[in-house]
Amino acid sequence: MTDIGAFDETSAGGPAEASFGDYVQLLKPRVMSLVVFTALVGLLVAPVSMHPVEVFASVLFIALGAGASGALNMWWDADIDAVMKRTMGRPVPAGKVQPGEALAIGLALSGISVVMLGLAANLAAAALLAFTIFFYAVVYSIWLKRATPQNIVIGGAAGAFPPMVGWVCATGSVSIEAALMFAVIFMWTPPHFWALALFMKEDYHKAGVPMLTVTHGRKATRTHILVYTVLLAPVAIWAALTSIGGPLTLAVTLALNGWFLIGAWRIRARDETVAEADKYAVEKAFFRFSLLYLFLQFTAYLVEAGLKPYGLGGW
Amino acid sequence: MSFRPQHELHRRRFGRNLGVGLVLVSFVVLVFALTVVKVTRGEPMKGYGAGDGFSMAPAAADAAAAPKAPGVQP
Repeated sequence: MTDIGAFDETSAGGPAEASFGDYVQLLKPRVMSLVVFTALVGLLVAPVSMHPVEVFASVLFIALGAGASGALNMWWDADIDAVMKRTMGRPVPAGKVQPGEALAIGLALSGISVVMLGLAANLAAAALLAFTIFFYAVVYSIWLKRATPQNIVIGGAAGAFPPMVGWVCATGSVSIEAALMFAVIFMWTPPHFWALALFMKEDYHKAGVPMLTVTHGRKATRTHILVYTVLLAPVAIWAALTSIGGPLTLAVTLALNGWFLIGAWRIRARDETVAEADKYAVEKAFFRFSLLYLFLQFTAYLVEAGLKPYGLGGW
Repeated sequence: MSFRPQHELHRRRFGRNLGVGLVLVSFVVLVFALTVVKVTRGEPMKGYGAGDGFSMAPAAADAAAAPKAPGVQP
């Protein structure tokens, strides 16, 4: 009987029933993959070792926490997601998942991930994960995203916490190495997103999100990209000089930051006429390289830690 | 062979139920594995307030020093 009603509903163009994949999309799996990688690096480069099952469980619950904050973000931002080309296919604006469902899933997974991380690792890591979820869902999504053009800068902190949470899972406390891994992602985020905003210009304008490109203009955004890329370099070099670094990490860091700076300088040197003529080729290349930058930077920390038992890595 | 062709809605619903089922089974396995790791690590089990010197394990010295009850003296 229920099925007949359901057939009628779908054939009449009512809300479609969500598939399992739609709920997975609600957790922003691409963002989760970055969280898994950086949290795993933070956990493995720490000087305290954990049992493999604990490592697996800790990273899984950190990723689940990130997914929960993604669901809460989709619940809150459903209205602006619906008008942006990049986000209009997400489950809530597409009508596959109801906003109330997204909220319930986000809250439930937040609780589960924090409690389970507390049991799998320690209370400090659980508290830091809870703060990360709160920061992304409330401070960034609800308070700042629609209020200030510095939204990306402050919101970037939420994406920067996972390696720190991973480190705290292993050691139980925060140290300079964890803070520097946080700082690397924090300083990397603005150039990464502003490069995206330069060539996705219609999206943020239509949604009324006060992106720097909308409020301060595109020339100012290009300057900001360069400034943050310049600030990122000493932070990354400092991290390479601590216990998580070594000669290999320092060499990789210098090469990556040199290349990143050249890209930022090229973006700063262009104007809109030139950028539009080649369809933002430099901005798109810079954005793609920014993804590679973060991946290689954290891979270097991991390789350095892997070499230490053989007397090769580290200072 | 079924009498009616399966509706797309049923396929989607089955996929969702299967997915949730697998997630729950995986969660149970993970919690079990975590429990085994935590219990078999070899850390002595202590009662509340163990850090203050209290222990669930009976101290042999305390037991020896305890006065014997009058009724059991030879």
